[in-house]
Amino acid sequence: MAEENMMFIDPHIHMISRTTDDYEAMRQAGIVAVIEPAFWLGQPRTNAGAMLDYFSTIVGWERFRAEQFGIVHYCTIGLNAKEANNEELAEKTMDLLPRYASKEGVVAIGEIGYDDMTDLEEKYFHQQLELAKKMDMLVLIHTPHRNKKQGTIRSMDLCEEHGLDPSKVIVDHNNEETVEDVLDRGYWTAFTIYPGTKMGNERMVDIVKKYGTERIFIDSAADWGRSDPLGVPKTAQLMLQRGISKEDVKKVCYQNALDAYKQSGAMKEEDWLDRPKIDQSQTYGGNSVLRGGLEPFIEKEEPSEDDIIIE
Amino acid sequence: MPDTQTDIQAVRTTILSWLQSRLDEEAMEWIKSTSDKLIDGAEDWVFYSSFSAVPRHTGKENLSLSTKEKAKAKELRTGWSPSHWSIDDLGRTLLTLSIAEEQKDVFFEKLEKTFISSDIGEGIALYQSLPLLPHPNDLTDRAAEGLRTNITSIFNAVAHRNPYPADYLDDDAWNQMVLKALFVETPLYPIQNIDSRANKKLAEMLVDYAHERWAADRDVSPELWRSVGPFADEKIVKNDLKKVLQNSSKLHQQAALLALSDSPVESAKQLVVQHSSKLDQMRQNNIDWDYIGKQFEQDSL
Repeated sequence: MAEENMMFIDPHIHMISRTTDDYEAMRQAGIVAVIEPAFWLGQPRTNAGAMLDYFSTIVGWERFRAEQFGIVHYCTIGLNAKEANNEELAEKTMDLLPRYASKEGVVAIGEIGYDDMTDLEEKYFHQQLELAKKMDMLVLIHTPHRNKKQGTIRSMDLCEEHGLDPSKVIVDHNNEETVEDVLDRGYWTAFTIYPGTKMGNERMVDIVKKYGTERIFIDSAADWGRSDPLGVPKTAQLMLQRGISKEDVKKVCYQNALDAYKQSGAMKEEDWLDRPKIDQSQTYGGNSVLRGGLEPFIEKEEPSEDDIIIE
Repeated sequence: MPDTQTDIQAVRTTILSWLQSRLDEEAMEWIKSTSDKLIDGAEDWVFYSSFSAVPRHTGKENLSLSTKEKAKAKELRTGWSPSHWSIDDLGRTLLTLSIAEEQKDVFFEKLEKTFISSDIGEGIALYQSLPLLPHPNDLTDRAAEGLRTNITSIFNAVAHRNPYPADYLDDDAWNQMVLKALFVETPLYPIQNIDSRANKKLAEMLVDYAHERWAADRDVSPELWRSVGPFADEKIVKNDLKKVLQNSSKLHQQAALLALSDSPVESAKQLVVQHSSKLDQMRQNNIDWDYIGKQFEQDSL
């Protein structure tokens, strides 16, 4: 992929809907860590039990599955805007959040924010910002697809109303229309490279050229839709080809996401520099990533110094 | 059921002193003030969130208790043996004990919610703390649930080095635990009071299981015969223990001899006499059931 031996973080990707082939390709392309924000599942959940199992999966099995391919998996815990409109589900999910938000590998409350900008969305947005404030946690904001500019500004207003420090809030899915406001107000400004909808990587190159690299990072938000889990390394390659320096590419595709999320105390560089060796003979609750008598891959070599250096 | 309700206050004080000698000032201050807040009745989220966050503050080092600390543990709760615990297990137990004096139904609701949404590390800490919790007679279903898992580390948190199962599980649940340990290939020797809880029904289940394994041309753990010995009748001696005695592995032969020496029947006594020099040698070399279990575990690695 991009440049040999470069490391990447995809700080927003829904691995629960991806295959093991994706994990292999991501590892191959240099992705060392991912963050899986809690989100909906393409169809609405009908009860809070489904939410409990989903949270358990993203802090449990999915972490294990990623580890089996040499990728460190983190997640965020939250009630998303779409499902905030089901009041009964929302109420019960709010009760679940404190039980998951401080678990190992949980880096933020998120992704939360607006979809239709309804009163119920606003109610649970408020409640979750308040929870983040009292639990002293980072927040990941999902900005809406429709009415994005107003939704983004309103989201930041709400954060400030709750006394959150912008340096502890990541505003995601930005575009050319929102970037200035978000940067100016001191928030982490994330962009999603998602085919056909959020951001294409040629546009991303132009944004980095125009706005620089401070507090800017990218992700794929790859999910169950037609999306690309290699969004980050592919964009890194394009940036290099279009004359952006390696140092700047490292910031946008690795370092800034790390700097933002390591504030949680749940994510640190050692997690992947000193990660356990891949051992696919292991199981999680008796379940393995292998099927049909496949030979387990067991990593033997010490990772070489070249693997960790980004020039 | 035995009266082994612990003095929660005394256990908390001891845990705090163990943590004091292992944590830096900042971590100690966090755990102590969190525990105090919970004792004073903090909002629910404080318990859930701090219970999960313990390793971020304490790290996950092994406890490696001193001899004196180990003795103190046994004094506080018969059979309590936390020397294999990690420091975050201890911290989580402290926080759980800090809400343990709440009203029974309130405590149980919080405990059950924590169990249901636990990750592996949290599950291990919770199951290990079972013998210290209040209302132990009401925790048997929870213990049995822990034994139903396929996650070996969780199963072991209930079954191994834990006095709760021997003290509180009924025979059916106990027997399932021992049989399941063999199924999931986890050793029997760390199960506390395994010999005093042996029973006829368990012996029959174990023999049936051995037959199933043999029919499929599979080996059985030599530890299986530990709970069979005292209930080995003429038929078991003749059909099974004699066969194990002829096994090519020395460990299996030794297991058969130990089981035979526990059997009350005449044919077993005769076999013991025939092999008395071997048994003497085993005694001299401290070859007992625990040795066999440990050796088999090591050989299987």
